[in-house]
Amino acid sequence: MDLRRSMLFIPGNNPGMLQNGGVFGADSVILDLEDAVAPMEKDAARFLVAHALRTVDYGSSETVIRINPLDTFAAADIKAIVPCCPDAILVPKVESAADIHQVIAMIAAAEKPGQTPVKIIALLETPCGIVEAYNIAKADPRVVALALGAEDYTAGLGAMRTKEGTEIFTARTVLINAAAAAGIQSIDTPYTDANDEEGLLADTELAKRLGFKGKLSINPRQIDVIHNVFSPSLSDIDWAEQVIQAIRKAESEGSGVASLNGKMVDLPIVNRAETILHLAQLLGLMEEKK
Amino acid sequence: MKNAIGREIPEKISGIAEIKPFAGAFATVPEMRRQAPKVKRIKPTDNKLVDNLVEVFKKIPVTDGMTLSFHHHFRNGDGVVNMVLATAAQLGLKNLTVALSSVFPVHAPIIEHVKNGVVTGLDTNYMSGPVAQAVSRGLFNKPVVLRTHGGRGRAIECGQLKIDVAFIAAPAADAYGNLNGVEGPAACGSLGYAFPDAQYADHVVAVTDYLGEYPLSPISIPQTRVDYVVKVECVGDPKGIVSGTTRITKDPVGLKIAETAAKVIQATGLIKNGFAFQTGAGGASLATAAFVRKMMEKDNVVGSFALGGITGYMVDMLEKGLFKKLIDVQGFDLEAIRSLATNPNHLEVGADFYASPFNAGCAVNQLDVVILGATEMDTDFNVNVVTGSDGVIMGGSGGHADAAAGAKVTIIVANLLRGRLPIIVDKVLTATTPGETIDVLVTERGVAVNPRRTDLKEKFLAAGLPIKDIQELKELAEKIAGVPKEVKTGDNIVAVVEYRDGTIIDVVRQVEG
Repeated sequence: MDLRRSMLFIPGNNPGMLQNGGVFGADSVILDLEDAVAPMEKDAARFLVAHALRTVDYGSSETVIRINPLDTFAAADIKAIVPCCPDAILVPKVESAADIHQVIAMIAAAEKPGQTPVKIIALLETPCGIVEAYNIAKADPRVVALALGAEDYTAGLGAMRTKEGTEIFTARTVLINAAAAAGIQSIDTPYTDANDEEGLLADTELAKRLGFKGKLSINPRQIDVIHNVFSPSLSDIDWAEQVIQAIRKAESEGSGVASLNGKMVDLPIVNRAETILHLAQLLGLMEEKK
Repeated sequence: MKNAIGREIPEKISGIAEIKPFAGAFATVPEMRRQAPKVKRIKPTDNKLVDNLVEVFKKIPVTDGMTLSFHHHFRNGDGVVNMVLATAAQLGLKNLTVALSSVFPVHAPIIEHVKNGVVTGLDTNYMSGPVAQAVSRGLFNKPVVLRTHGGRGRAIECGQLKIDVAFIAAPAADAYGNLNGVEGPAACGSLGYAFPDAQYADHVVAVTDYLGEYPLSPISIPQTRVDYVVKVECVGDPKGIVSGTTRITKDPVGLKIAETAAKVIQATGLIKNGFAFQTGAGGASLATAAFVRKMMEKDNVVGSFALGGITGYMVDMLEKGLFKKLIDVQGFDLEAIRSLATNPNHLEVGADFYASPFNAGCAVNQLDVVILGATEMDTDFNVNVVTGSDGVIMGGSGGHADAAAGAKVTIIVANLLRGRLPIIVDKVLTATTPGETIDVLVTERGVAVNPRRTDLKEKFLAAGLPIKDIQELKELAEKIAGVPKEVKTGDNIVAVVEYRDGTIIDVVRQVEG
């Protein structure tokens, strides 16, 4: 499973940021052709982003391109970007499985022979998109994550966007549930006040409690906070190790049932423990713990 | 001849009395006595107040060939240098040397005075703007002397920079020559860079636009050293002298560098009670202070002192108990002035106390860590802060080489790519600070440790910091930006770069065009 604790937006029309996008340690960088770029600058940004994909080393960050919506410049974006081998495309304003199929047809047509298939992350940012979340998540194996875009979504609801986020509670839980049901990741909406570190922390902790696996980010300064929340803590790792030990012990004793501190250890718990240890391994936390 | 870091230094340079090549940061030992300043006297009824500059020029008298000194505490708001030189020109004086601790864009009129023969020499620690550009294009017939802040103090004390008349811009003065920098419309805070001038110049003239009652309080420069007080309409523009508040950068790359630098400092193990720290006021330097502060707060560390150019940020750390003292040679903003005027733990010191290598101990020697910038660094860790990528002078050491020599750990923070140019080169165009005094380079794409400091490298690796060989970082930068073309310079030497001990570490040659 790929790590997507943090997915950092980089404006596609800013050469300096495109060049430096890899230095911030985000799990994914999203080179943005959509909201960050004025309509008059779409061509230039597309050219810059394509060039950046071919020449800039984004280190361990996954490269994701946010294209424009299907009804505007999506076709031109896909045609220019896909042959440059991004890891994934973030498709905005997805509202149905049909949208995904349409995008995939264009991606498949643009891919070079032998190219690793480009993944899709669906950005749900309308009430319709939320209603269709599960169908979108299940639309194709290329879809690896659902992400929430709360600003447009709230506008679609006719509600006021607040820092507490009561108005997006349903969208969050529906999206998380749909992604989990489809066996893919769910990524939370960005926290848009880059100067409010406490607010970001509270919002990210809430996202993690609800079940999100990562968070979109609009500023490199947010990455550390987001990573700290989504990375397993030392006590998480301890717990996971105890779970695995308990299940191994039970297995070696020929018992199908294990327990830890008086609680039964069943398959979902083992799965959760394994995910934590896998993450800890990926992040080098096992070494640190020793 | 080649000096100790392999820079080619001519054996003779026209206009420079004696050339001693740089021999190593601590290799040169002075065998001399301090210069004995002129002994003065004044009768009880004598009056120091003089109506205007012309009159003071006549009283001294200022004559052809003299060296006039000035401080740079008014930065780009300074009015005094231009006023004094205009007076010299008006009186038909020629062949003067200007010893101004730093030259700013506001000092552009110097160029005309040079062309007219009023000024023929310049001695400074830093210069930017039109004068610096003109110097690079061969404005002077003899090389400008570029010193360090500590080196200027040393040169004055040792009689190598002999000052005939020190014109001290004073935000506040009393009629008997007591001066401070914390009152009056042109308040600038510390007057530290003028302290050596006041002690050693043959004649000392205070130029002020704010006369307070006798005795002035506090006293930064005392009546015992000041011969004349001239009241003028206005000594400077406060807008160019201080900034309202100094803000931490929001540039994400700068913040990334600052955060890494703070982790580097943490890994040295020096962030503990008694921590002594110096950092600059700009970009990633001040942002590093913000990250260090968080670490200090988290671990309840109380530092000993912060040193150097003082900003409101440092004042806040003093007032919150994160440092016990501030040692202030230069203030940058209104908060620094307020604090200096009111807080006994905020100490005002002179350039010699701050950084002179030839006394019984300067403050930089007590530093644990200093954060400095660089325009260029080579793979031997030599740093250039004098010339830009076009070979034109755009700065100077200031306290760079001094603090680097003194601190236990010297860290350079810099973008690996500035604009489209790599910061690491095979050989810096102008060496300002020798690599033996630089320990760590922190960039957005990795940290390089001077091979002399294997102790640090081990600590940093243990802390999981992104350590890279300097050659590796250089290649990384070149892979992105290519190898820059070498800057072409002519033969004419426009400036000599003096190391803090008085030896010559490098020369600056004229740029074409």
